[in-house]
Amino acid sequence: MKSLWMTKAVYDAIRAHGEETYPHECCGVMLGESTPEGWRVKTAIRADNTRTDSAHNRYSIAPLELVQIEREARRQALNIAGFYHSHPDHPAQWSTTDFAEAHWLGCSYLITEVAEGKAAVTNSFLLTGRTEEEKQFAQELVRLED
Amino acid sequence: MNIFIPTPLRPYAEGKDAVEVNALTIAEALELLTQAHSGLRKHLFTEEGKLRAFVNLYFNDEDVRYLPQKEQTAVSTGDTLSIIPSIAGGAAKLGIF
Repeated sequence: MKSLWMTKAVYDAIRAHGEETYPHECCGVMLGESTPEGWRVKTAIRADNTRTDSAHNRYSIAPLELVQIEREARRQALNIAGFYHSHPDHPAQWSTTDFAEAHWLGCSYLITEVAEGKAAVTNSFLLTGRTEEEKQFAQELVRLED
Repeated sequence: MNIFIPTPLRPYAEGKDAVEVNALTIAEALELLTQAHSGLRKHLFTEEGKLRAFVNLYFNDEDVRYLPQKEQTAVSTGDTLSIIPSIAGGAAKLGIF
């Protein structure tokens, strides 16, 4: 099983974002380096949730914001390692919506359950497969390091 | 122009995060890119040759879909083309896990 590595500071910042936007979903981008054991996240960048029509159970990041975040990743010599979002009052498991709209093969999708405003369980799922038609989510360990 | 390759597609571009092409239009740039790296084609285009619905193309800071001449827009050396798959989801319906 692969792992998603990050510092506790980054982990806490991602979970705090979900508490701040509760009862709406938060979202953001994780930048890091690829290792044989999995992605090693160096920093997380907050993004705006453009789904203001249904922000309690949907999220979307504007492509232009992604373009700008990818530029920032290049500037820091990092890659887009994956994305995070919150599930307000829902389990930290991927939904059919998450799966249908996941297209970054090889990247990690981190989900935090925010229960009554407090960050609860955080799980990560690696989008595996070689093509869009073969894609699958595989749960991976979230491992904290200093 | 420089074409920026997103993380998931780099394995099909020899691991490169950017590919330089000498093209006159965005369409030609994409054609040259997929000629040089044929494995990219099925990830970018449907079998009918249309850009996949979840693939966004940004010419500098502009969405190619909203440019007056779309893929026929003229390009020059300093321009960039970003390939950005969409990012969305949410708890709306929980899957069986």
